[in-house]
Amino acid sequence: MRQGIGLLALACASFGAALGHATVIDAPAVNDTAILAGMPRSLSEYGFFIDGARQMPGERVTPYALNTPLWSDGAEKLRFIYLPEGTRLEADGDGLLQFPVGAAIIKTFAFGEGAERRLIETRVLLHRADGWTALPYRWNAEQTDATLALAGGRIDLVTPAGEAISYAIPNKNQCKACHSKDGVVIPIGPKSRNLSAEWLGQMAQRGALDTVPQGADLMPEWNDHAASPAAPLARAYLDVNCAHCHQPGGGASNSGLDLRWEQDSAHAIGIMKRPVAAGRGAGGHDFSILPGAPDKSILLYRMDSVEGGIAMPEIGKASVDREGSAVVRRWIMEMQQR
Amino acid sequence: MKRLVLAAALLCTATPIAAEIHKIAPGDEAATRLQEALILAAPGDEIVLGAGRFVLTDGLSLDVDGVTLRGAGPALTILDFTTQQGAGEGLLVTSDNVTLRDFAVENPKGDGIKSKGADNIVYYRVRVTWTGGPLATNGAYGIYPVESTGVLVSHSEVSGASDAGIYVGQSSKITVRNSIATDNVAGIEIENSRDAIVTQNYVTRNTGGILVFDLPGLPVMGGGNVLITNNLVAGNNTPNFAPPGNIVAGVPRGTGIMVMANEQVWIEDNVVFDNPTAPFMVVSYTQAYDDARYNPFPREVVIANNVVDAGADDPEFPGGAALLAAFGGMLPPIMWDGLQQDSQTPALLTKPGTPGWSLNLSRQGQSLAEAQPGPLDVPAYGQPWAMDGIGASAELEARLK
Repeated sequence: MRQGIGLLALACASFGAALGHATVIDAPAVNDTAILAGMPRSLSEYGFFIDGARQMPGERVTPYALNTPLWSDGAEKLRFIYLPEGTRLEADGDGLLQFPVGAAIIKTFAFGEGAERRLIETRVLLHRADGWTALPYRWNAEQTDATLALAGGRIDLVTPAGEAISYAIPNKNQCKACHSKDGVVIPIGPKSRNLSAEWLGQMAQRGALDTVPQGADLMPEWNDHAASPAAPLARAYLDVNCAHCHQPGGGASNSGLDLRWEQDSAHAIGIMKRPVAAGRGAGGHDFSILPGAPDKSILLYRMDSVEGGIAMPEIGKASVDREGSAVVRRWIMEMQQR
Repeated sequence: MKRLVLAAALLCTATPIAAEIHKIAPGDEAATRLQEALILAAPGDEIVLGAGRFVLTDGLSLDVDGVTLRGAGPALTILDFTTQQGAGEGLLVTSDNVTLRDFAVENPKGDGIKSKGADNIVYYRVRVTWTGGPLATNGAYGIYPVESTGVLVSHSEVSGASDAGIYVGQSSKITVRNSIATDNVAGIEIENSRDAIVTQNYVTRNTGGILVFDLPGLPVMGGGNVLITNNLVAGNNTPNFAPPGNIVAGVPRGTGIMVMANEQVWIEDNVVFDNPTAPFMVVSYTQAYDDARYNPFPREVVIANNVVDAGADDPEFPGGAALLAAFGGMLPPIMWDGLQQDSQTPALLTKPGTPGWSLNLSRQGQSLAEAQPGPLDVPAYGQPWAMDGIGASAELEARLK
């Protein structure tokens, strides 16, 4: 069973359990006003969760998962979509689902397993009449609520890989640094190509999505990465982890590197492409990707670094994604040498 | 009638009335207070930094139009990034009509101040310094406007950048003036940009002084219409400390003013001395490329009247010593690679009688080993082309008052 469906089933089960205990008679409705204006001080004001600490979603708050997710120091991510009553998502080919005004996308970052799990932060994307607004919330030590962290923050923690890091909660502008195209805030994750056909089918069946589009579920399932062909995995990984900046209109457009899934120019995705503004990020190498030579490829050099001015992505990571790096290494290694 | 006038007056003054001043002092939680102010500012607001040292562990960013960020002076208000842990630059600006003035940025891990897609930006009395001097571990660019229309850099200072001190890329309507660039790989670099004026700067102790480049494979190409006048470009003899792989890593130590590709660059009334590889260098893009939109040749680069010494006495070229001997111990001041687009489009024009030399290469991308050095023979320049409207607009100038 795919993770997304599992989550959905789990959420329904939890919801039922909560009702069964009669601790919640009527699930409190989501606060649509909070989504549409202002900057609520605490996450609980939105009413996205029946039980925040347990991440138990409220009415019309649906969990989802991505085939290939963005890696953030190994954080566990709990993703939800909220749709106001009487609205639905609309598919746009294999690209980003179109959200109605009043919708929200909620993503909670957690570290630790089972009883040890700590919620660190929840990021919300709110679809308002004038566009999307991104806000970060930081969970308190008691795990009872999360408060607005406009200026971001840092927290020391240990990653699942066992590395002690200073984890950075992004500030509001840094949210936009990734979630922006042509200066406008947009969602990144929920693209049809990176969502399971099953989840999309369920949403369509419920009337929460107009149709399951052509091109859905194209991207490979990251969890199978050890046994899957490198090229589609690597391209999916680079699309999800890098292309929000590295595309025309993105934050790193001036580099000329375009790592989108749909980009088919070898030069644009970095093959035999010389650096422009890489500085010491080039690591003494001449090309973003030198086919057959991962150790002479700037792209991998920067993925494998955690040093400011060298490390890529520039924000949202304090340790190296060994699995992601291994897949990209395999992909470059398999390329025909020139 | 009265009411109409009142309404008109209200309309005219609406913005100034709304503008607020937010004062931020250094000290406890200064980084959070400052970043919050940068986020919550309204268009037209001014954020005023107190004198002192702001210790910052993360990059700052500004995404609100029309904001002024002002310190107490480049020696007094210091944004200290020595212990920076994240972000690609010290300060990132992504909004239009921003004014940055009277503060310093020290030791950012990546670039100093980057403004991207930030039209009509002013940098005034801004200092970016890597305090350890020229080191390969320093960040790439000090002052770094890119993909912007309308850039004014004035009375600013950058030292220690491992790429370019003041770098303007993929932009237009640019003025860089009255500024100091020392101890960088490139002092001032105008790259893939148009309608730029570089004037009255002091550019010394860099690897190369002033570079005007146009590179392939970028969203914005076709650099040109650049005016380089009244600069002091002296003693640029710092060994190249750029990390290998970058285009400036190929700039020889001792380069004064260098043009690579571009159309119409006018170089006049500069004082250029003690640049021991080449006071002036005009070349085509040196590497192989695959980009049909790109023109690798310089077109109509004019080296007019300049005050220049006898030339280069310690060139950093392979075979430089032999070359020097062949020219009697001194390479004449202008160096050209001998390449041009076609015979109708001269790469270089100079004042008749100005001594120079050519590598006499015959094709773009050719190895220097195949050079056949000889004296320079290029046409004389004529009337300047129309340069109306180049440089930053008067509106940007007006903000300095």
